[in-house]
Order: sequence, then C-alpha cells, then structure tokens
Amino acid sequence: MKADGIGARVTRKEDHRFLTGNGQYTDDITLPHQSYAAFVRSPHAHATINSIDSKAAAAMPGVLAIFTGKDIAATGIGGLPCGWLINNKDGSPMKEPPHHILAVDKARYVGDQVAIVVAETLEQARAAAEAVEVDYGVLPAVVNTATASKAKASVHDAAADNVCYVWGHGDGAAVDKALASAHKVSTLDIVNNRLIPNAIEPRAANAAYDKSSDSYTLYVANQNPHVERLLMCAFVLGIPEHKMRVVAPDVGGGFGSKIFLYAEETVLVWASKRVGRPIKWTADRMESFLSDAHGRDHVTRVQMAMDANGKFTGMKVITTANVGAYLSTFASCVPTILYATLLAGQYTTPAVYCEVAAVFTNTAPVDAYRGAGRPEATYVVERIVETAARDMGLDPAEIRRRNFITTFPYATPVGLTYDIGDYHACLEKAIKLADYAGFPARQAEAKARGKLRGIGFSSYIEACGLAPSNVAGALGARAGLFEAGEVRVHPTGKVTVFTGSHSHGQGHETTFAQVVADKLGIPMDDVDIQHGDTGKVLFGMGTYGSRSLAVGGTAIVKAVDKVIAKGKKIAAHLLEAADTDIEFKDGVFKVAGTDKNVPFANVALTAYVPHNYPLDKLEPGLNENAFYDPTNFTYPAGTHICEVEIDPDTGKTEIVKFTAVDDFGNIINPMIVEGQVHGGLAQGIGQALLEGCVYDAESGQLLTATYMDYAMPRADDLPNFTVDTHVTPCTHNPLGVKGCGEAGAIGSPAALMNAITNAVGARDIAMPATPERVWRAIQANA
Amino acid sequence: MTVNVTMKVNGKSVTADVAASTTLVEFIREHLRLTGTHVGCNTAQCGACTVHVNGRAVKSCNMLAAQAAGAEVTTIEGLAAANGDMHPMQAAFKEHHGLQCGFCTPGMVMSACELKGKMPNATDEQIREALDGNICRCTGYQNIVKAVKAGLAA
Repeated sequence: MKADGIGARVTRKEDHRFLTGNGQYTDDITLPHQSYAAFVRSPHAHATINSIDSKAAAAMPGVLAIFTGKDIAATGIGGLPCGWLINNKDGSPMKEPPHHILAVDKARYVGDQVAIVVAETLEQARAAAEAVEVDYGVLPAVVNTATASKAKASVHDAAADNVCYVWGHGDGAAVDKALASAHKVSTLDIVNNRLIPNAIEPRAANAAYDKSSDSYTLYVANQNPHVERLLMCAFVLGIPEHKMRVVAPDVGGGFGSKIFLYAEETVLVWASKRVGRPIKWTADRMESFLSDAHGRDHVTRVQMAMDANGKFTGMKVITTANVGAYLSTFASCVPTILYATLLAGQYTTPAVYCEVAAVFTNTAPVDAYRGAGRPEATYVVERIVETAARDMGLDPAEIRRRNFITTFPYATPVGLTYDIGDYHACLEKAIKLADYAGFPARQAEAKARGKLRGIGFSSYIEACGLAPSNVAGALGARAGLFEAGEVRVHPTGKVTVFTGSHSHGQGHETTFAQVVADKLGIPMDDVDIQHGDTGKVLFGMGTYGSRSLAVGGTAIVKAVDKVIAKGKKIAAHLLEAADTDIEFKDGVFKVAGTDKNVPFANVALTAYVPHNYPLDKLEPGLNENAFYDPTNFTYPAGTHICEVEIDPDTGKTEIVKFTAVDDFGNIINPMIVEGQVHGGLAQGIGQALLEGCVYDAESGQLLTATYMDYAMPRADDLPNFTVDTHVTPCTHNPLGVKGCGEAGAIGSPAALMNAITNAVGARDIAMPATPERVWRAIQANA
Repeated sequence: MTVNVTMKVNGKSVTADVAASTTLVEFIREHLRLTGTHVGCNTAQCGACTVHVNGRAVKSCNMLAAQAAGAEVTTIEGLAAANGDMHPMQAAFKEHHGLQCGFCTPGMVMSACELKGKMPNATDEQIREALDGNICRCTGYQNIVKAVKAGLAA
C-alpha cells in the first residue's frame, strides 16, 4: 500500500487552515460596499398579515431598503419548489401549496419570513427590522403531528385537512394475510422525535449583483451549490443560469440542513440587484432554531407477524410524518422513498407494507437530517425486531440470526436490490467486541449495587450512494442524481481535481486526493481538490445521503481512467510502441515486457508541449471530465450494541459501552471513517437521550429555541465508542465503497432505546429518554 | 456612543473607536478582520468564539470590546509560531483528527490551551468536563479528547 494512498490513515490536508484560523466561511467574506440584511419574522405560528407599515423603519439611520412579500410577488416571482413529486395511493399528486420567499397574506410558522431590511450595518438592519410594524390577525395553530389531519384549522387552503399526501408502498394484501395467519404479532406505537440540526456554523449568505456583466455571485453555506443555482435560477428567480455563480466556501457542518434552497438567500439575490450593493445575512442561533429545516417527526404504528420459530412473515407500518408549514426541497421524499424502501432491514421478511400520511402543520419545514428517512426506518425495524424477540422469549441476537438475508443480490419486497453484505459477520464481531456473553454477570453485579443494566441491538441497513437517476426519476425525483468530476493535469504533472461533491467536514480534500494520488502513482501533495464553486466546477449534485465517495469519487476515478488512457497513447508515441502495449503502474508508463518507460510527469509535459506528439490523432492537453450515474444504491449495514446502566432513583442513563461494527465496503482513510462514525453516533445518541424539538401545543411557539432549552450533546454526555468494520466491497462502483457519513445516526437510536427499555422492562419510552421519562417508566413498572 | 479601545491582540497593539455596544468578538472579526474566531450562538453557550484574555479562556461574544481595553488578547491566529509551525495543541488536533468542519475548532483549541495551564495531567473525564462549554456537532468528541490529551502532554 502506498503511504498516502487508498487505505492509508493520512492526516487531513484541510486541517492546517482550520486550525490556524484561516478557514473561510461565508460570514468571513466581506465584499466591497457590503450591506447587511435582517429579516422580519412572524412571532405567530399562524396569522393573517393584514398590513405592514415600514415607513418609520425606512427612515431609520443606514436603512437602504425594505421589501415585503407583496413587493416580491409584484415582480412575478413564484415560490420555492419541491424537488420530489409523491403521488397519493389513488395516483393523484401531492398537494404543493405555494412557498413564497417572503410570506404574502399569511404567516405559517413562528419565524416565517415576512420582510427583509437592508442597511449599511447589521445593527442598523436589526434595529429597523424591529421597527417594522406588522398587523397580524392571529389564527389557531396546527401543531400536533398525529392529530393535524383532524385539526379545525388549515395551514393551507389548498389542503383543508392538512394532508399533503397519503402514500402507500408494498403489498398490503400479502401483509394482512401474514398478520391474520401469524403465530404471533408484535405491535409497537412509537414516535421518532423531531430534531433541530444545529450545524455550529449558522446558515449564511452574501449576494452580489455585478452591473458590468449583468450577473450575480452568491456565497452561501450550502451542501450543493449547483443544485442551489439550478433551483434558484430556473424555478424561482428566472435568472439565466450562466449569469449566476454560487460559491459554497468552507461550510461549518451541514447534516442535511444546508442541502435546501431557502427563502433567505433567494430574497438576498433578488434584492441585491435592486439595492445595487452586496447584501450579507447570517442567521443568529435563534433564527437557526426557528428557520433551519428540522428533521424526523414521525408517529408510527408497526406490526410484525411471526411464525412459531420467530421467522418474520410480514410487517405493516402506518406512519404520520410532519412536513411542517411548507414543502422544503426534499421534504416529500424523506418519509417515503428514503423511508419505506428500507423497511425490510437486514431481514428476509417476505411481505412489507407501509402507508405514510404527510401532514402540514404550523411549524418549521421538516426535511432531510443526517440519515433522512433511514434512521426513521431503522428505528421502526430495530425496535419491533427487539420487541418481537422479547414477545417470543428469544435472544435478540438469535431472532436476528434467524431472519438475516444471506444470499446476494437480494431483492426486497420494498423495491431495493441489496448487492452485497454479510450481516452475520457484523453481528458476531459486534457481539464479541461488546462481550455480550459477559452481560448477565455485569447485569447481576449492577443489580447488587442497586442499578439497572440493559443491553440493546440494532442491525441497521441504509441505501446510500444516491442515486441511479432513472430509478429516482421513476419514483418522482425532479432532478438527476449523478455526479461530475474533472481531473486537470498541469504541464508539470501536478493535478487539480474538481468535484461536484461538497465537503463540509467530511475531509474530501484528503480522501479524494488519496484516491487520485493512488491511481496516478504520484504524491498526495501533488493533488488538490476543488469544490463548492459553480464558477470552477463543471457541474455537481452535491453532498448528502453518504454519496460523495461512492458517486462523486467514482466520477473522479472515471476521469482519472480517461487521463491514463490518453496518457498511454502519448507514451506509446514517445516510446514508439503500440497503445495496447503500454502499461501504467506506480506513476510510470511502460512498454509491457521491456524496461522502456516514461514517467507520468513527462507525459503531462508532452501533452502541453506537443513538439513530439501524434497531433494528427490526438488533441494536446491532459484534462478529462466524467459524469457518473450509479447503477444501484449502495447498502452500508452493520450492528450496533449499546449497554446502559440506569440509576433507578434518578432515571439517569449512563452509556457504559457502545459498540459499532459497520460494513462500508472498502475504506480509503480509516481515520476519517472512524471520525464520521463517532459523529454520527453522537447525533443518534443525542436524539435518543437529549435532543427534542418542542412546540407549544396551543400557540405553536418553539419552546426549544436556544442552547439552554435544546440539549446538544456535549463532551461529558458521551462515552468513548468502540468501532470496527467488516468489509464486503460494493459490487457496482470501481472503488468498492458504500459511504459512511450517516450510519452512526441511523443505527444508534434503536440500540440505545432497546438497551434502556431492556434495563427498565418497559415496552417503549419516548425519545429523548430524559431522566424524568425513564424514572416515570421505572415507577410505572414498580 | 463610541468608545476608544486599545488592547494587544496576538502581540500587536490595536486601537479603534467603536460603538460602546461592540462585543469583543465583533471587534476581533469585523474591525481587526481576524475571522478565525467564530460566532455560533452569541449567547455564550457554544464556545466557538473562545479567545484568551490575559491568559484566561473567554467567550468573546459575551464580553464588550471596551471591557477588554488594556488586555492582552490571543486568538487562534496568534497560536502558531512566527515561522508558521503549529502550536502543539493545534498539531495534536490534526494528528488525532480532532476536527471535521473546523467551525468550532478555534474555540475548542483555545479552551484546550487554557487547560494546559490549569490541568496539564487531566484525565479523559476531566477533559470532557473542561470542554463542556464548547459544542462540536461533527466529531462526537472522542478524537477531540484524544487530541487534547496529546496536546497537554506535548
């Protein structure tokens, strides 16, 4: 193995700038003649906007402009689009009420943007925003997910019952038959708690219009700048796409929340031409809590049918998913396509049926958050599997062993074909690392000390590497899901790689450089990775769904292959041999079976100084593009085992050991992969133990809108994790990789809640399992 | 109302007339254009804005620039040696993958450096407790703890 090549634990190229304060995040960029924006936001969850009086505000010092929703609507601007069409069970399309970039006539959640104030300084903008007088007519708010469809009020007139769609997936009749003829049916009612993503860098944007070129530049904290540009130009503002450059510079964490096209940056771009100045806006933390797209928020009943041996014969899942006040960019596909298709889990369950009702409420839009649909699916599957084991009196490991899929490829009853995996191997490795055999003794020892010990499993699967465009299109996607890459070899043999993936913590500048350096046989320091700028990168669909390496990395590998293929032709000419006789290995082109060779850098130089060059047959230069559209999803899978100890007097849960064994396929940089797993686990454990978004049930006020009210996992809330991998290489991409960014967040909540319910002896405890909830469950059992 | 503030930042004397309401982090970021210090919450809960004021780790969003008048302030930009070599704590964060997106990192490193003076032999548990005022959303903290331990020992 090359010291800095594929598989090496290389420290990160990007770290020096981050560690020395030289990172450049959106808010760090200040443009000449910079102006600043503040948004007037609705203080009510649901209210008519009767009038807006901005005269006094407009007269305040430094104020450059104030715009309302009516000002924008008057210029013919429509609303933000939803990127995925979901049809109802009867084939009719989902309801897509307009999502104005500034509210017109009605505000639909606390924090809904009502007006924008642009001023010379941020302080002036904020002061004037406070002085804008809005006359609201407060309406009853729809807040509760489970009861939204029965609420008296309607969030949108176009969806009087607040139902966006009711979607079904799978063979309902087969499942009903399995339930009717089962030896036993386990049933569980569970809630997947609503989360607020909380990237530590708040959302930010800085939009500038250039008169001389009649074009725009938008700096924005975003995970997919080309998608942002396409959606904003083509679907909202009507700006020609080639007249807009979107730069997503260093981005301080995304976790899904920076995928979407938001109203704020769209308004900024619109206003930048009218104001004639660059306009910067950076969310303060409360704005982030109020207006970043939230995650999860499902209410589910799941039933599992089993035969006498604990073999699963059918599973039925009925879910209500809250999409919030408006459909955010990918809101519609998260609780459907990214959810129901994963409900087979790692098991041979022959029939699965899922029905999802998506409801509008007077809360912030809900969209993808780390895992996006797959954590919700895993939570359903792994909680009911563990419950089924308890109902059947089976060991939780044993019920999994009896039901694991063992032959591949495997077509599930919910539409996916798993290409490869070894679920037994991950489970057995995790069991060993967790010392499952020693658990009864540890439990007895804890009991002697008056403590409750529990252990829980979660054998998750996810579909990553999003996505085969034709499959996604058939399922309602309104975009392709390929990725693009460009490998630009410079005359000196140094290489700049342009990728449509975007790194906001994942370390692509390192991982992708390792791949390219390995393939080209050159030092990693000779390779630079560029991303996040539509002015530099040819195209891209961005980073989410653990797709960057499997899809973006593959595009780069395809471009490298083209570079090598062309290099062989140049080398053949230089070495006076046939193209087909040239081999490329360790950075050297060689005539097979001889010692005649020419190094990569010489070939690069020849390509740009083509004095001795087959100009009649070959263009000069060494610069190749590739677009890669995957043929299947990738299927990372693994087993997480969590062991907890609970103090029955306080209900406080301590995680004494958390073990994760994951199969991500081949691994490029184990250090980075472990870091991704740790971070995912922290978010999953955060969901299960600490985090929960709470809206007041009557008023729709967000009660968890600061770090004093929303419990973020801190260093002393988390244990050290025991992580390991088992590798089955993905069969359909050249690197054999599957993706690792979301697994931790997907697998861990179920493992933790299975452990807590095991310790307490409860059927269910709602997440987050706060000491109060756990204590109450212990009292109920006593 | 404006006030004149003079302080030493990263060894250099700086002076400016600023609005009395200017926080130290605004002064550092907007007036001095030292953008390595970040704002994550503006309410002293996330720690991204941590700098040293007279050797103490301080959340600079929660202190007025005027309150730091006359003080010696060190920001993340002031840690590395003049020749560009990283401070041992910075080097330890790189070596142990103690950062991902890098946004909380400057504050995290400044808090860790303060710990070096206070508790050079801190255990994992003490490090976790000491970092309670710095939120990281990316790493799950395990590698941060590893890095801080190594940085304390370096």
